[in-house]
Amino acid sequence: MHDTSVHAAAHHGPPTTFLRKHVFSQDHKVIGKQYYALALVAAYVGMFLSWLMRIHLAWTNAAIPGLQLLSQSGAPGGVMTPELYLQLLTMHGTIMVFFVLTTAPFAAFGNYFLPIQVGAEDMPFPRFNMMSFWVTFTAFLFLMASFFVGDGPSLGGWTQYAPLNAVGSVGGPGQGSGVVLWAISIALFCVGQLLGSLNFITTTLDLRVKGMSLMRLPLTAWAWFITSCMGLTAFAVLMPACILVILDHVAGTSFFVPSGTVMNDQILPHSGGSTLLWQHLFWFFGHPEVYIAIVPGLGIVSHILLANMRRQMLSQRVLIYSMGALAILSYIVYGHHMFVSGMNPFSSLVFSFPTLVITIPSTIVVLIWTFSLYGSRLRINSASLFALGFISMFVSGGVSGFFLAQPSLDIMLHATYFVVGHFHLVMGVAAMFGIFAGTYFWFPKMAGRMMNETLGKIHFWLSFVGAYCVFMPFHYLGMAGNVRRYATFVDDFLQPLIPVHRFITIAALITGFAQLIFLFNLIYSHFRGPIASQNPWEATSLEWSTPTPVPWNNFDKHPVVYHDPYQYGVKSSVGDYVMQASPEQVETEHDEK
Amino acid sequence: MAAIVPEPPQIDSDQRIGQMPDQRLDQSPGQGNGRGGSKNILPAGGDLRLMTEYSPPPSSTAIWVFLFAVTMMFAAFSSALIVRKGSSLDWQGFPLPPILYFNTLLLVVSSGTLEVARRRVEKYMTGLRLSSEHPARWLYITLGLGLLFVVGQYIAWRQLSAQGLYLATNPSSSFFYLLTAVHAIHVLGGLGALFYVISKLNKTALRRNTIVATSRYWHFMGVLWIYLIVLLRIKL
Amino acid sequence: MAKLFAVTIFVIAILSAIPILRHTWVAPEDISTHGALIDKQMSETMAEAGISFLAAQFVLGFFIWKFSNRPADAKITKFPGGAKGLVIAAFLVVGIEVLALGVFGAKAWANVYFTPPSSDAMPIQAQAGQFAFYFRYPGPDKKFGGIHPEMVNEGTQNIFGLDPEHDVDARDDIVAAEMAVPVNKEIHLLMHAKDVGHSFFVRELRLQQDFVPGLDVTLHFTATKVGKYEIVCTQLCGLGHYNMKAYLNVMPQADFDAWLKQQAGQ
Repeated sequence: MHDTSVHAAAHHGPPTTFLRKHVFSQDHKVIGKQYYALALVAAYVGMFLSWLMRIHLAWTNAAIPGLQLLSQSGAPGGVMTPELYLQLLTMHGTIMVFFVLTTAPFAAFGNYFLPIQVGAEDMPFPRFNMMSFWVTFTAFLFLMASFFVGDGPSLGGWTQYAPLNAVGSVGGPGQGSGVVLWAISIALFCVGQLLGSLNFITTTLDLRVKGMSLMRLPLTAWAWFITSCMGLTAFAVLMPACILVILDHVAGTSFFVPSGTVMNDQILPHSGGSTLLWQHLFWFFGHPEVYIAIVPGLGIVSHILLANMRRQMLSQRVLIYSMGALAILSYIVYGHHMFVSGMNPFSSLVFSFPTLVITIPSTIVVLIWTFSLYGSRLRINSASLFALGFISMFVSGGVSGFFLAQPSLDIMLHATYFVVGHFHLVMGVAAMFGIFAGTYFWFPKMAGRMMNETLGKIHFWLSFVGAYCVFMPFHYLGMAGNVRRYATFVDDFLQPLIPVHRFITIAALITGFAQLIFLFNLIYSHFRGPIASQNPWEATSLEWSTPTPVPWNNFDKHPVVYHDPYQYGVKSSVGDYVMQASPEQVETEHDEK
Repeated sequence: MAAIVPEPPQIDSDQRIGQMPDQRLDQSPGQGNGRGGSKNILPAGGDLRLMTEYSPPPSSTAIWVFLFAVTMMFAAFSSALIVRKGSSLDWQGFPLPPILYFNTLLLVVSSGTLEVARRRVEKYMTGLRLSSEHPARWLYITLGLGLLFVVGQYIAWRQLSAQGLYLATNPSSSFFYLLTAVHAIHVLGGLGALFYVISKLNKTALRRNTIVATSRYWHFMGVLWIYLIVLLRIKL
Repeated sequence: MAKLFAVTIFVIAILSAIPILRHTWVAPEDISTHGALIDKQMSETMAEAGISFLAAQFVLGFFIWKFSNRPADAKITKFPGGAKGLVIAAFLVVGIEVLALGVFGAKAWANVYFTPPSSDAMPIQAQAGQFAFYFRYPGPDKKFGGIHPEMVNEGTQNIFGLDPEHDVDARDDIVAAEMAVPVNKEIHLLMHAKDVGHSFFVRELRLQQDFVPGLDVTLHFTATKVGKYEIVCTQLCGLGHYNMKAYLNVMPQADFDAWLKQQAGQ
């Protein structure tokens, strides 16, 4: 490696040392797997935290054996205190949103498959790519460190509203060192994702192989490209916000704490800060962020559905435009998180209409998917089941958006479990289903072995039914006014709702155990699964043109692209599809025009 | 039955080899450039004039992408300043230290010297002019001006703290230090890039895109600084 | 497998709709003058969202049932109308739907926020702090005393930081831990946050509004039914967030006058 600059694409040959090969690797495939592993660890940590919270909500005074190991002061005798509940809540949200939903569908699959799908040897800046992962990994360590430093993680929730995020430890356990660690972690995470986005955008624009025009990019590549454009804008705004919070803590500035704030009968030394400033900065990032979590899922699901429907989408262009429209709209709707937060009520109306308009591209995406199923030859396997499950979840989580887009209804539903149900279905479960579908679909390419289909289907059924049992009742709780982020339900009107919470907790535990089946399947298949062929799904895009396992520089011979990405339902020498890289002339089975 | 004819690739990149390098030609979006990142291997021997043809174009895209991210970041800081100033009564403005205007001049002049340097290096690289003058001279001048700028900013901070204005004194000083410091860090990054360009040039291993990207970044730092000083002048 | 999946989707869709149709979990009866529009908007949105939900799930399930695991020589057909038809349908149907929701929803919103309080509305100041609400009535002089944050002292029960020694207006201010209001009387609520962000949520009143530190927000409402209702905090404010509540006590005017006199005497 003679070159330390951004031009480090000049490889002389595969690395030979263990450290260069598997740890500080610049190979996008290894980095993709590293991101996947990070997301996997983070997902199980986050899920475990949600179990603890669910058990506490259903049986408040029950001792959870071993909980005192996590926090001696937070769980005397294993019974969770309200502050520990909120700390777990903060960590669950932060881990899931940043380190699972952003890293897995975008950074993990994107890193592995985007260069292959455009026909490149690697990302243009492998060194930045390596830094991207290791900075993100360090961010994760900072976040987890807050469990062990001072009085634990922050209790401010993943949104970290001001001024609670800036008053310091007087605000409660974890509001001192916990918030600082949180802000450092997220600022680092932003750096990592900015580096990643830089690579993704340049890969898509500059490294496409001969014949790969923009409209011949697979939908996954489009989704990752759109996501990286969103990430570039969103993370560049969140990072300054985190810097401001850190300065309020360590340098005594007052960006977020207003004058005359009294805590414990003492006036805080800060003066004149603006609490709404944080909300504006945070949600300008925060709304695009939820699209960063879901748009790769839209791409992955389209990609997998196409390979299993054995036909083309009704319109690929419309899908791309819809994803682009979602990305653009995501920047002008963020105020719908702030309808009742003291923002000018006129602004609420201004933000309400574009929010409602988002329904249109989302509906188009769902309609294109659903009506492309019509007249197809749908194959059912674990990957396609999860992709179809994604559509169902996306619809279920999406329709509650009708309510939350309207400020007048937000008066009743804001900060209730209705919101929790909405975003868990539409960006949590749906995005997870996208990740699962992607895993079942691409595992043969990534690991060189097939996953177990039976276990995959058991995993699907338990997850699909389980997720509905967990998250549908959340909407009902919200309509009855059940406020979110309560450690315990002491209000009179919440008492009759506790049985619903018990039902949800049991469902969550069962659904969670189903995820252990997935983990077992993943590990077992990695070592013992049947060897995968080069193209087990008879799919068309470039990742299936290259041998399994993928060679170090992705292709034995540089591919040349002759076809649109999804030529299914044609008559060719190999069957009902033709590879993108095949020069063969084929005939469609049906009248395309 | 409709027939799907394989459309042949739309451009043939191999023709370009041996031509004069002008990487703007192959930047048209909508087509693959045919490289797939593969033709990026430096020839042995390291002859500068041969290598320029193999420069990967991504760095010229990447620098715009990166500058967009920097723009967003400063947009966030600026809007924070405007919101913060509008929301409270404790804002106390102060006159900017006059040295900042001198620093502005330094940065503007350094953009000019870098432009001279870039043209000379490019001519040198394409072999159009084999001047006896080594093209690195103007790069050194730019580097020196950039360093002077950072020193000048440091003097401005010292002057303010001598007046009793520290980071936490008032939101106005908080924003002043914050914006100038974040900008100075970015300028230091630019100085690192200049230093890298010089060292590569001295080893005759410089790529054309490296100096193009560096100069774009440096000009952007100048534009950003002019924006910042106008913002601070109006808003503080 | 595919048919089972389709049936599962049907069953889930129907089961999800049952509690909605049976009104198993709903907001309590409205006691405000402005809430009727919100309730109407809620049921209309529920109808539209519910129909969209059921239609999408059923079509999805039906297509999965019908078109999965077909033989390899089954003919691939295209949905009549294709993408163009779907896009036009989406723009027309969904566009009109959301436009209608947006316009009528804006009306309901304007009803709460864009109407000024009447001149004889009764002012009450609510202060939210970790983790309790306090309410202040201006007393006979109808003027609130100024707030001096440096004088806040919970030990001496100076919750609002009043300065009765120097401030005439503050001397007759009445501070209470519950919010008593006369029935059918318009209340002008001035919301002050003592420390961090909090929120004021009364389900029966169809009101939710954050307390913004450094920015005093106002609301106005009229309660139309005598009774005791819970005021809860909905903005995460710290470890006691779950326990931060107070009662809204709507009383007949005579009872309210007596209550106020009793509070003033304390």
